[in-house]
Amino acid sequence: MHLILFIVFAALCLAGAINLLLQSHPINGALSLIVVMTSLAVLYLLLGAEFLAAAQIIVYAGAIMVLFTFVVMLLNAGREERTMGSRTWRAVGFPATAAVLAVIATVILKAQGLGVAKLSDGITSTADLSEVLFTELLLPFEVTSVLILIAILGAVALARHGHGDSDGKIERTAAK
Amino acid sequence: MSSFLSQQVPLSWYLLLSAVLFSLGIVGFLIKRNLITVFMSIELMLNAVNLSFVTFARQWQFCDAAVQGCLLAQAHAVKGQIFVFFVMMVAAAEAAVGLAIIIAVFRARATLAVDRIDLMKL
Repeated sequence: MHLILFIVFAALCLAGAINLLLQSHPINGALSLIVVMTSLAVLYLLLGAEFLAAAQIIVYAGAIMVLFTFVVMLLNAGREERTMGSRTWRAVGFPATAAVLAVIATVILKAQGLGVAKLSDGITSTADLSEVLFTELLLPFEVTSVLILIAILGAVALARHGHGDSDGKIERTAAK
Repeated sequence: MSSFLSQQVPLSWYLLLSAVLFSLGIVGFLIKRNLITVFMSIELMLNAVNLSFVTFARQWQFCDAAVQGCLLAQAHAVKGQIFVFFVMMVAAAEAAVGLAIIIAVFRARATLAVDRIDLMKL
């Protein structure tokens, strides 16, 4: 059962990732990335990470990808065009990436003592996870909340119309 | 039914899948000419690394309860998953700021083609 589930969802994952490369319209790329992330959530569940599987669907396939599709629609992004740069990188990028992949694959295949995963292994419960997260790793967790607050402020400041400064100028000249 | 449940998958297969996904992310980052698609390729790479983190966390759970240090190893397994949680949080923050930058660039240049956005100045 584990083998079947792994093969099905690994294939879905790879198909989604390859489709992301083949599609020229960003909205199709975003939808295939959602397929990749959802099947990754199933793979996390197979590896016994139930909390991460839920977080993957909520945070990645939910929040982040909604943001992506929203921006694609907001900017009305069209098909991308083939350019000189894309042809150069096609020639350089494929061999370079193949070399990187070959090195990583060799290291993985030569590794000793890697275990196996099976369905009867049991899962890491959310209670175990939160026990460590809220005692030993409480400070990093709180620092993350500050990081997210800064990210929200940064996003609002960057995406505001007219980069903030010109808005103020217009208001000031209007007041005069 | 028991043979169904006892089927195993080597963890190296998960690592290989993660390596292939990461490489596809690099290829997308290099050959795509749309700013948003390039950003999506980065997200794909982050996801691939997350998968290898979860796999390594799984690896830590394999230990004999009689062997010394097994409890420590299982604590490592939990921490590996928490690391993925932190990566997700940072990725969410990064996506919010990155997409805001893309919107600002689009306002200034009226294009999303990376070939035409080659100056740091807006």
